[in-house]
Amino acid sequence: MAVKVRIPTPLRKLTNGADEVKADGANIKDVLNDLEKNFPGLKERICEPDGALRRFVNLYLNDEDIRFKDNLATTLKENDELSIIPAIAGGVF
Amino acid sequence: MSVQKLLEAHLRNSSSPVVSRSIVELVGKTPLVRINRITAELPKDVEIYAKLEGYNPGGSVKDRAALRMIEDAEDQGRLTRDKVILDSTSGNTGIAYSWIGAVKGYKVELVVPGNVSEERKKILNAFGAKVVFSSPLEGSDGAIRLAWKIYVEHPDRYCKLDQYNNPSNPQAHYDGTGAEIIAQTEGRVTHFVASIGTGGTIMGTGRRLKEFSKEIKVVAVEPDNAFHGLEGLKHMASSIVPGIYHEDELDEKIPAPTEESYLMAKRLAREEGLLVGQSSGAAMWAALELGKRLQKGVVAVIFPDNGDKYLSTRLWEV
Repeated sequence: MAVKVRIPTPLRKLTNGADEVKADGANIKDVLNDLEKNFPGLKERICEPDGALRRFVNLYLNDEDIRFKDNLATTLKENDELSIIPAIAGGVF
Repeated sequence: MSVQKLLEAHLRNSSSPVVSRSIVELVGKTPLVRINRITAELPKDVEIYAKLEGYNPGGSVKDRAALRMIEDAEDQGRLTRDKVILDSTSGNTGIAYSWIGAVKGYKVELVVPGNVSEERKKILNAFGAKVVFSSPLEGSDGAIRLAWKIYVEHPDRYCKLDQYNNPSNPQAHYDGTGAEIIAQTEGRVTHFVASIGTGGTIMGTGRRLKEFSKEIKVVAVEPDNAFHGLEGLKHMASSIVPGIYHEDELDEKIPAPTEESYLMAKRLAREEGLLVGQSSGAAMWAALELGKRLQKGVVAVIFPDNGDKYLSTRLWEV
């Protein structure tokens, strides 16, 4: 399943500056593994060493938090849109 | 004891009036408290003290800078009754502008990344500020760019306080935070630790402390990575560098990892009774790393805000 993945600014160094990339997978876990193949280092920013989503990262599937779906096991449809969003906003002290 | 005697006792023991004329008078003069249990493993001559900025009326260190920026803009004639206060913020400065604007009768418009915590959004709404959300994918730099765009389209409508480049921001800390730490430690402070967002706290406080004694070390804390979970903090190498931030005035920078900072925030709650935000966790983590290297010292560390604004996040789910 080919999906669109929206990349936040701090991770665009790993995607050669792209704010949106394509990835393949039947579920979100597969998509993250596919992203790692094409953009090494990306998965470890998003996931803990045991594969779970880091606490300060939210993944939205078509604007819905995957924690309210089946988390990383959430299945995907063609042209779904996955957004990687830091759970908090950086920058002001 | 009669009311009269209580009053006489108060007046004898205090130079402050019984009531404040306005809540803005309550900004600053925050407590400095010793961290005891978390520091148990440090050499006995290393003391760490936290400056509890959550005691400000708006709940964060940003009250100091916001009040100073607003009052300086009033004095300079830049902020007049017909102007709307405009700035970009990831939350705490916005809360400060909002409540101070409410007290002084100014409208406030804020550009905030869409992914700030829910509590912040609700607090800004409670104080009556207008909030424009910028892309959560672009963090605080996206908010900075959008705020400038809004300003440039209608410069006559707004007074843009521009916390990243406004010298009143560090000046608030030079006059307030720095002087308070010298007084509260009775001049014993040897190290100052603070996290960086705009850099206002560390620059202004650091300057005051260095002026008091060149021997005092000024140590900045920043996220160890561009993609982090420390709300309010800036990873300078990957961000728009604020004009008020001058790295050459720092003695050291300590990179703080997100997970360890979260864990430290949890320890501060459970071992010290201090419910504080992630940035305080990061600052304490760095202060402890620094403390391990010292034989002797008095470390003052800034805890920028309380933890109640993060209850909707997964901060304490360690």
